[in-house]
Amino acid sequence: MDAIVAEDLRKHYKDIQALDGVSFSVRDGEVFGLLGPNGAGKSTAVRTLTTLTRPDSGRAIVAGEDVIRHPNRVRRSIGYVAQDSGVDWEATGRENLLLQGRIHGMAGAPLRARVDELLELVGLREAADRIARNYSGGMKRRLDIAIGLVHRPRVLFLDEPTTGLDPEARVALWDEVERLAQQESLTILLTTHYLEEADRLAERVAIMSRGKIVVEGTPGELKANLRGELVTVELGDANGRIEDAAEIVRSIAGATEVGVDGRLVRTRVPNGAQAIPTILSALDSRGFQVESVTTARPSLDDVYLHYTGRDFATEDAAGKG
Amino acid sequence: MQLLRQTGWMIVRQLRNLMREPIWIALMVIQPLIWLLLYGQLFSRVGALRGGASSYIEFLTPGIICMNAFFGGSWSGMAMIADLDRHVIDRFLAAPASRFALILSQVVRAGIIAVIQALILLLLGLVLGVRIHGGALGWLVVFAAAALLAMAFAGLSHGIALTVRREASMIAAANFVGLPLMFLSAILIPPTQMPHWIAQISRFNPVNWGVHAARNAIVNGGHWGSTGLYLLLLLAAVAATSLFATWSFRAYQRSI
Repeated sequence: MDAIVAEDLRKHYKDIQALDGVSFSVRDGEVFGLLGPNGAGKSTAVRTLTTLTRPDSGRAIVAGEDVIRHPNRVRRSIGYVAQDSGVDWEATGRENLLLQGRIHGMAGAPLRARVDELLELVGLREAADRIARNYSGGMKRRLDIAIGLVHRPRVLFLDEPTTGLDPEARVALWDEVERLAQQESLTILLTTHYLEEADRLAERVAIMSRGKIVVEGTPGELKANLRGELVTVELGDANGRIEDAAEIVRSIAGATEVGVDGRLVRTRVPNGAQAIPTILSALDSRGFQVESVTTARPSLDDVYLHYTGRDFATEDAAGKG
Repeated sequence: MQLLRQTGWMIVRQLRNLMREPIWIALMVIQPLIWLLLYGQLFSRVGALRGGASSYIEFLTPGIICMNAFFGGSWSGMAMIADLDRHVIDRFLAAPASRFALILSQVVRAGIIAVIQALILLLLGLVLGVRIHGGALGWLVVFAAAALLAMAFAGLSHGIALTVRREASMIAAANFVGLPLMFLSAILIPPTQMPHWIAQISRFNPVNWGVHAARNAIVNGGHWGSTGLYLLLLLAAVAATSLFATWSFRAYQRSI
């Protein structure tokens, strides 16, 4: 059975089409990654699936219930860890958890035991009775996750769980999410704009760009579709002849998917080490000055570029504006 | 049942968080005392202002209790702004938390604080020679007037908070509503001393309903019929503004 089914979700804010016909499904017990740059619509998708906001049109079923017709039934079965921490700063970690449990109708000894169990699970036992204001970013994040789990949800939504954490805390949180997925037998929908995060945690990913899902599959499948290596040539000064340079690269045997981005020319070749000297000499003979050449094995970055024709980092920076 | 239980736990949360702010507790106690002592001195020589009371401070005490209650209520929406900024509200809304419980808890919290402050002011009033002519019933009426007034304006304040969602806009709105209502009321002077048009307008001012009820209880020790009517009007205002605030969650959820 599917834990999450989204069908043709659409949602706009003023002149921005945040969701432009989003459909996907997440199987029971799966860790599913919704991957995309800032502004792709991931958080809007999550806010729709968690009943925080209503879509303009489309349908969504979460944990067997319709998010529009029975939002309260959905709320009982889901945990939501928002992009921004929802921790009550003036309360202790334990008080935060107790209140969330009470909102879910839990009480008494079972609630207290569950809270103890979670504090242990996310490593906050020592800090449980300290005011959350004094927690570090990583501790607040772990408390957020415990808050999302207090009522033993079937489906957990993690919206950008590691944004704002230092690399060490990020890796620690990844370990934790992996452990939770097993221990609590959860379905997890994770959004991230860190490609390596989706690669590491998600069994399947969907890549979102500008309100649409552009491709869906396991990280392995997506990367396998991209044969060969990506070669990126940075030109010193193209003088408006960047398209000429692309044409030269295109004429080289084995070079496919040639594209330009500013002063960069990209292509995919079966073997980078063999192709680079040929590319360089061809460009040199036509008077192009090459600043740098890089080659890379396929990553989810490349998957993003391949399916959207846009560079992930550039798109990510633009989405923040 | 679930609604009441959730409301109760939310109230516990708010009061507990407030108790952790020693400065806030100090201000809650001291501020109303400053109002009473300052205004009491300022207007004490103007005999026409005491409107049948034996001293201006006796006339003023119910006014200051009500002023304090409705200011407290008007500003209480700042707590909602803080919860929105910290995303605590989103966390509650994605859980099966009743929207009405979220509002009701804030409204009741404002009422409880207003009653505590009213008690402090009454005790200071007693020290300064104020007599509560309504006796035990008088005390109850004063507390009811303070609580209902704070709650009515707390509902309004939370509705505005969920609509504007920004601290600066919230401050502007609270001032825009608060100061005119104060000067269009009998807090500082009796209606007989007001210009005719202000006296007419003030009859429709909810602040005034509270002031008249509290003043009947303290100064007149009677007019229980009209006092009851004023309290009922305030209760209706509490219901109306609380529903408005609950409804405002829709506007908020459309915006996210």
